[in-house]
Amino acid sequence: MNESMRSVTIARQIDRPSAKQFIDEMFEDFMEFHGDRMFGDDGAIVGGIASLNGMPVTVIGIQKGHTLEENVNCNFGQPNPEGYRKALRLMKQAEKFHRPVITLINTAGAFPGVGAEERGQGEAIARNLMEMSRLKTPVISIFIGEGGSGGALALAVGDQVWMLEHAVYSILSPEGFSSILWKDPTRVAEAAERMKMTAKDLLKNHVADRMFAEPEDGLEHHLPEVAGELKQALTEVLPELVDTDTEELLQKRYERFRQFGSFVE
Amino acid sequence: MNLFSKRKNYFSLDTPSEKKKTDRKKKEQGPSIPNGMWIKCNTCKMIIYKKEITEYKLCPSCGAHFRMTPAERIAITCDEGSFQEFDADMIPENPMEYPDYDKIIGKAQDKTKLREAVVTGRCKIEGNDAVIAIMDSHFMMGSMGSVVGEKITRAVERATEERLPIIIFTTSGGARMQEGIISLMQMAKVSEALGRHDAAGLLYVTVLTDPTTGGVTASFAMLGDIILSEPKALIGFAGQRVIQGTIHQKLPEGFQRAEFQLDHGFVDRIVHREELRGELGKILKLHQTGK
Repeated sequence: MNESMRSVTIARQIDRPSAKQFIDEMFEDFMEFHGDRMFGDDGAIVGGIASLNGMPVTVIGIQKGHTLEENVNCNFGQPNPEGYRKALRLMKQAEKFHRPVITLINTAGAFPGVGAEERGQGEAIARNLMEMSRLKTPVISIFIGEGGSGGALALAVGDQVWMLEHAVYSILSPEGFSSILWKDPTRVAEAAERMKMTAKDLLKNHVADRMFAEPEDGLEHHLPEVAGELKQALTEVLPELVDTDTEELLQKRYERFRQFGSFVE
Repeated sequence: MNLFSKRKNYFSLDTPSEKKKTDRKKKEQGPSIPNGMWIKCNTCKMIIYKKEITEYKLCPSCGAHFRMTPAERIAITCDEGSFQEFDADMIPENPMEYPDYDKIIGKAQDKTKLREAVVTGRCKIEGNDAVIAIMDSHFMMGSMGSVVGEKITRAVERATEERLPIIIFTTSGGARMQEGIISLMQMAKVSEALGRHDAAGLLYVTVLTDPTTGGVTASFAMLGDIILSEPKALIGFAGQRVIQGTIHQKLPEGFQRAEFQLDHGFVDRIVHREELRGELGKILKLHQTGK
């Protein structure tokens, strides 16, 4: 197994710490808020307010379960449109009170279902991309596991994008890539490598800004340490971002995503 | 760039060579129709004499809206001679070092006589200035990679600078997989540019055409102030096979079609292609600023 496929496998492990576990380790006084005020509440998105060493923040995560029962409640971490709309509602609330937003991403992708299409999965993701790009408060997005395509990007238009060492982020799954582009479902590991989807790869092309190492014997045995490092990093970075002039903050965020492209004229 | 070269964009019924001989014999007896003059409508399955198809590319039998090229779209949308193209020479590099990506692009270029899957520019529509972007599903299924993202972003930024409305005709299978994560980033890039155009109080009209799916639906296609769609266009986020594979049920009749999107509140109006130019002209006129 190559390094990329190893990360894919680790990122998907059922006992990998969930967004909720990271939230409980990283923040104090987390209060979860529910619902998108339009349709319902999506268990795949966990969000609310909390304190980071006394600084009020809004935290939003994509939640995966460790058991079948948990996974039924959070739809295996595959949000529906109401999940993305709940996230946007909480981000707009954060903007109003000028609280920084921290998103924790771990999803195979937005849910592909009939209801999701009826309620506008595409519109919900699109709206988040546009609104996050101009949200007048700092946003830091942290990939803690899988980062599947538009469903991950919908919470990742941040001022900074951080990744755990074995988190992955890609346009589609290596399984999808292998079967769609190569018509060969067996070349998954090769696809994983080709797609440059690991934190190390994504640091190189600036999709990610920062990587946090994971202990060799498994993140699940060291959650407090790794979450502590993330907390420390947030504590260092956020005060400066909060003090940055809003126009400058938004201009930098614009340029961060404006730079991507590989073309000649 | 040769925008106006002719190109087959429907099924062509090639007469087997055996039959050709018979045709030649028949020729002496009466009028005959040369090869390649017939096409089959994918919707009603009728065999159509090509000359019956007008510039609107509709099935003369059932009215199905065939997929169009940017040149054909310009011809029925823009005031004659008003279209000025932007960034015509932009071509992609190979960010993921995907094997033979240059050859794949070359093949699509030969087939379509286009450089990439979108044409952008400015024009007048019934006398109103606008920036337009027209995607082409014949070029690698209209997939969005760096060039599609960059050309549309520049068109939007230009519209913002010059305080012009922008109209985007969408058709796409989604992100360009061969460009990996960089193609995903195009969704954010175009959306943020549209955010600024929006904040400047300018008009953005989306015209959804068949098919508009994946990352294009989940970014600029769904962000129009006004979203129009051509009849029966397939519009959705997830692919139908993916959904079926997830839910293991038959999909409802008309699922993800324009009429479905209208019913569910995601499309403002379904507009027949022959009415489109008039409707766009009217919308532009009603949004003219007092500058």
